[in-house]
Amino acid sequence: MIHIVVCIKQVPDSAQIRVHPVTNTIMRQGVPAIINPYDLFALEEALRIKDKFGGFVTVITMGPPQAENALRKALSFGADDAILVTDRAFAGADTLATSFALASAIKQIEKTMPVDLVFTGKQTIDGDTAQVGPGIAKRMNLELLTYISSIVSVNTDKKEILVQRRSEGGVQVLKTRLPSLVTMLEGSNEMRFATMPNMIRAARTTVKKWDRVAAGIEDVSKIGLKGSPTVVSKVFAPSPKTVKAEMVQTESNEPQDLAGALLMRMFTRFPHVREQLEKSVN
Amino acid sequence: MSEEVKKPVGKKKLGLDPRLAEYRGIWVFIEHERGTAHTVSWELLGEARKLADKLGVQVAGVVMGAPGAETRAFCQEAFYHGADHCYLIEDPILKDYRNQPFTKAMTDLVNAYKPEILLLGATTLGRDLAGSVATTLLTGLTADCTELNIDVDIRSLLATRPTFGGSLLCTIQTLNYRPQMATVRPRVMAMPKRDTTRSGNITEGKLTMLETDIITKVLEFIPDANTNKINIEYADIIVSGGKGLKKPENFQLIRDLAKVLGAEIGATRPLVQSGWVEAERQVGQTGKTVRPKLYIAAGISGAVQHRVGMDASDVIIAINSDPNAPIFDFATYGIVGNAMTILPALTTAFQKELAARRSEAVPA
Amino acid sequence: MEKFDAIVVGAGPSGNAAAYTLAKAGLSVLQIERGEYPGSKNVQGAILYSDALEKIIPDFRDDAPLERHIIEQRMWVLDDDSYIGTHYRSDAFNKVPYNRYTILRAQFDKWFSERVTRAGALVICETTVTDLIMDGQRVVGVRTDRENGDIFADIVILADGVNSLLAKKAGFHAELNPGDVALAVKEILFMPQETLESRFNVKEGEGVVIEMVGKITQGMMGTGFLYTNSESLTIGVGCMLSDFKESGVSPYLLLEKMKAHPAIQPLIEGGEMKEYTAHLIPEGGYKAIPQIYGDGWLIVGDSGMFVNAVHREGSNLAMTTGRIAAETVIALKQDGKEMSTKNLSAYRAKLDNSFVMKDLAKYKDMPGVFHANPQFLTTYPELVNKAAHSMLTVDGVDKKTKEREIFKSFTRSRSLTGLMGDAFKLWRAFR
Ligand SMILES: Cc1cc2nc3c(=O)[nH]c(=O)nc-3n(C[C@H](O)[C@H](O)[C@H](O)COP(=O)(O)OP(=O)(O)OC[C@H]3O[C@@H](n4cnc5c(N)ncnc54)[C@H](O)[C@@H]3O)c2cc1C
Ligand SMILES: Cc1cc2nc3c(=O)[nH]c(=O)nc-3n(C[C@H](O)[C@H](O)[C@H](O)COP(=O)(O)OP(=O)(O)OC[C@H]3O[C@@H](n4cnc5c(N)ncnc54)[C@H](O)[C@@H]3O)c2cc1C
Ligand SMILES: Nc1ncnc2c1ncn2[C@@H]1O[C@H](COP(=O)(O)O)[C@@H](O)[C@H]1O
Repeated sequence: MIHIVVCIKQVPDSAQIRVHPVTNTIMRQGVPAIINPYDLFALEEALRIKDKFGGFVTVITMGPPQAENALRKALSFGADDAILVTDRAFAGADTLATSFALASAIKQIEKTMPVDLVFTGKQTIDGDTAQVGPGIAKRMNLELLTYISSIVSVNTDKKEILVQRRSEGGVQVLKTRLPSLVTMLEGSNEMRFATMPNMIRAARTTVKKWDRVAAGIEDVSKIGLKGSPTVVSKVFAPSPKTVKAEMVQTESNEPQDLAGALLMRMFTRFPHVREQLEKSVN
Repeated sequence: MSEEVKKPVGKKKLGLDPRLAEYRGIWVFIEHERGTAHTVSWELLGEARKLADKLGVQVAGVVMGAPGAETRAFCQEAFYHGADHCYLIEDPILKDYRNQPFTKAMTDLVNAYKPEILLLGATTLGRDLAGSVATTLLTGLTADCTELNIDVDIRSLLATRPTFGGSLLCTIQTLNYRPQMATVRPRVMAMPKRDTTRSGNITEGKLTMLETDIITKVLEFIPDANTNKINIEYADIIVSGGKGLKKPENFQLIRDLAKVLGAEIGATRPLVQSGWVEAERQVGQTGKTVRPKLYIAAGISGAVQHRVGMDASDVIIAINSDPNAPIFDFATYGIVGNAMTILPALTTAFQKELAARRSEAVPA
Repeated sequence: MEKFDAIVVGAGPSGNAAAYTLAKAGLSVLQIERGEYPGSKNVQGAILYSDALEKIIPDFRDDAPLERHIIEQRMWVLDDDSYIGTHYRSDAFNKVPYNRYTILRAQFDKWFSERVTRAGALVICETTVTDLIMDGQRVVGVRTDRENGDIFADIVILADGVNSLLAKKAGFHAELNPGDVALAVKEILFMPQETLESRFNVKEGEGVVIEMVGKITQGMMGTGFLYTNSESLTIGVGCMLSDFKESGVSPYLLLEKMKAHPAIQPLIEGGEMKEYTAHLIPEGGYKAIPQIYGDGWLIVGDSGMFVNAVHREGSNLAMTTGRIAAETVIALKQDGKEMSTKNLSAYRAKLDNSFVMKDLAKYKDMPGVFHANPQFLTTYPELVNKAAHSMLTVDGVDKKTKEREIFKSFTRSRSLTGLMGDAFKLWRAFR
């Protein structure tokens, strides 16, 4: 019986994020919130381990009250318990403050049931720093396993885990002890389709809400804005390049003429491109 | 990351808090695995050089690895690419990358020699290490930067990165903590000239750790099958296709042109998602960043998430049937028309041009 | 095996009203919505009529996402390049409690659904009810597209919207008659608050509604509309499905053309399109209302054709039918009666002496009238505009002659008796 904690984050569906044409700020109004896609791979992997070796999966998120929906969804996939760490004091947290808050929350969880594995996604699509995972690991001094492409085996009584890790130019096969923290690589599995009974169970389960104190945090200087070394000093839309493309046209506008005209102009203005081409061709 | 904009506190404050002022100089982590350095390290040295000159400080490379000439050689390369100085830790434990010993080695160096800025490549290794180092040092880290600058009067690193799915950029500062850490994606920064006349001196450090202290063991390394190894990041010519090609069959037109040009093939995310091309070929924010000499984009609208991956190319040729397609706002040359007819025409045109050139070269 | 007192299919206004009312009364309720979240599948931008919601959630104004309360109603009759119309604006509309609001359905439905959950119902999204489980003639539950997806209940309330597939499958409905439904297309155009308010001459929180008839529907029976939301405009046009079929006009182009109309274009200028949706509105009115109750089932909202075509009221009828259906079920539960056809007929009875049926009955001839007399939507707008034009043009011709001219032009294009007949028909229908 092994206890897995999965960290998920609710993020705005960035595919639908729009920038206010006038004020240049993000318009979240009406933008649906989703579970950070990368976290689904972590959750599914955790559920598979549970299916294989038997176990208990707790999902946790730090975020605003609405983040409860993300947890409920996780429950419907088969997670056993859900904890929402939410408190005004967390507002404006960067990755350092976030990992601190999550780490102490997970330590609270450990008090009722020891934790063997913590899963996070590779990164979030709104912050995408890929730091919160390592941050939690350091703080709880768990063995850190990032960019894991597959969990080869988990030895529950020897408390050992064998994994494959994506690294430059190949995969490492790593062996380490539990407890450890895994950041799961995308595409490593596919999230299951929730069953009706699980949907109903999820709808019934009450999500635990923890404030700062419940999460075991005394020192407010370590969370939220105060606990964040980095400050976002400016948010802005990418400046449109001022020089627009030089449009190539001919009287006929026949493909071959256009192509010819283009090459002539390019090779005269950018001789080095021609040289490059000659190199790469022969 | 919170989206509401916070004003940097204490800007214009004369002088710097002495606690912070002790930290000086810019470090670049020289990443290498199995005998080859990752070129992002050199790109970072080039960038560090510019920042250092603004601050009037030195640039140092940080090299860690197994004892031996191979490891030391990386220090030499670092000097050639702009480093004034190198910190070197040689230890058998550091042969393969593992988070625990590398974090220890790096944090010990930082605590001993106090750099004000520490840069790493946003590679799997770099991100893994940066995250642990930053948390251990309890300092700020800005990931995946696309632009670095300095606010000289508070010696503050201005790290700019895409956010919210790339629809926005944000500039992040680490004001009251040192070192200021950032990771930068490969190919975002220009490669500096390799100057073999440059040299520098080396400070050696020790790894205060035993193999037995290390819990995670690397059992084996399975290299990717080198056949069909795709590496468009460093390609000099790329021909890319987008949804405008309509049918998978039409992607052949891209392949044909690429073949003639000896170019790599790229694509937009939708094409990768619908399985027309391998994920390794995706150009853009969630794909690869490229900076070839020539980038040909056919049937690509030029969405910002694609643009950030390719607009550092020397020359961009855009083919799009829509005269108002955003890609024409930043391409070098634009052709309004049907990719399915323009692409073959280009292929023949290039063929002719290059053939002509070759025959000229041959003495009659 | 899971069994509930009631299952509600759909989380639109009618389903939410029903589920909320049932849960409040302490019944065990399962509500199933196929959309990603309540509202995700619903046409955005609409008018909310307070009374219906007030009867269900009296304090809704405290936290419901309401865009603007309407202080001005414009009725326009347009021809190709001009419009004539009436504007009614009154400060009375600025007195609380306000009567009509613009809303964005996605937000509103989400809010309503949260209230439903708080009331104690189980709400499940991203789940489609594929079939009704029958025991002989009796509906005993629903089948969903999920593993182990059969769920049972004493009563199943179909709130699955216009063109209710379920009702049809179960044979409660005939196929929709294209003459009974309108196809409406809508767009949300984003616009900075300041621009919007100056353009429509309103203060923060105040809104304007424009209803339009005339050439914009290119001879088809239908209307156009424009609502002001907090930071966006809702603009759309709806015509009878049958007319679209005949004319072969593309709804999208129809809307594009309407947006380009010289009277409309300046109002929406610079608006950034946020979303485009097409949706059916049942417009058959009273005569099209199908069997709405039976052994173990009830139909509420659009799936029961409860829409007032004339005033384009739907969500309020939807909410009211949902509420009354729920109250019927609650009453039966309390007296321990079973959910039989006989007992549930109380639902129809209650509706018959509610404003729902009264209104629908009142306008029952309306769709027919318009349908049989396209001139209301084509010839007249042109004439009226011409008339106004010549009256307002100072060109030396005396007004008397002008009036004669205008009268001639009317009679030329339609016989005097025809005109009188039309007037009568309209009067009858509206009465
Ligand atoms: C978080 C996030 C990350 C993303 N990351 C990436 C990324 O890394 N890389 C990426 O590419 N995208 C990314 N995207 C997607 C990106 O937003 C765009 O959707 C995508 O780049 C559009 O691809 P496209 O230009 O091929 O398709 P479209 O935008 O549909 O463009 C097709 C173009 O083809 C033109 N066209 C049509 N017919 C023809 C014809 N016959 N001849 C010539 N032209 C024709 C059309 O005018 C149009 O401009 C990301 C999105 C999000 C939200
Ligand atoms: C363009 C337009 C403008 C309108 N303007 C107004 C207005 O200004 N004011 C007004 O009061 N009314 C307006 N209406 C009418 C109003 O929108 C409808 O009358 C109202 O939405 C009806 O609510 P409902 O709950 O009956 O159906 P819906 O709101 O359509 O809800 C049905 C729900 O059931 C779900 N569903 C369907 N089938 C299944 C299934 N098999 N399983 C699970 N779930 C299912 C759907 O996803 C949907 O969420 C307008 C309609 C249109 C199209
Ligand atoms: N607020 C949060 N609550 C729970 N988990 C989080 C939160 N933020 C980040 N994570 C986890 O950390 C991973 C990396 O996030 P990031 O560092 O923001 O890229 C995510 O995939 C999540 O699994």
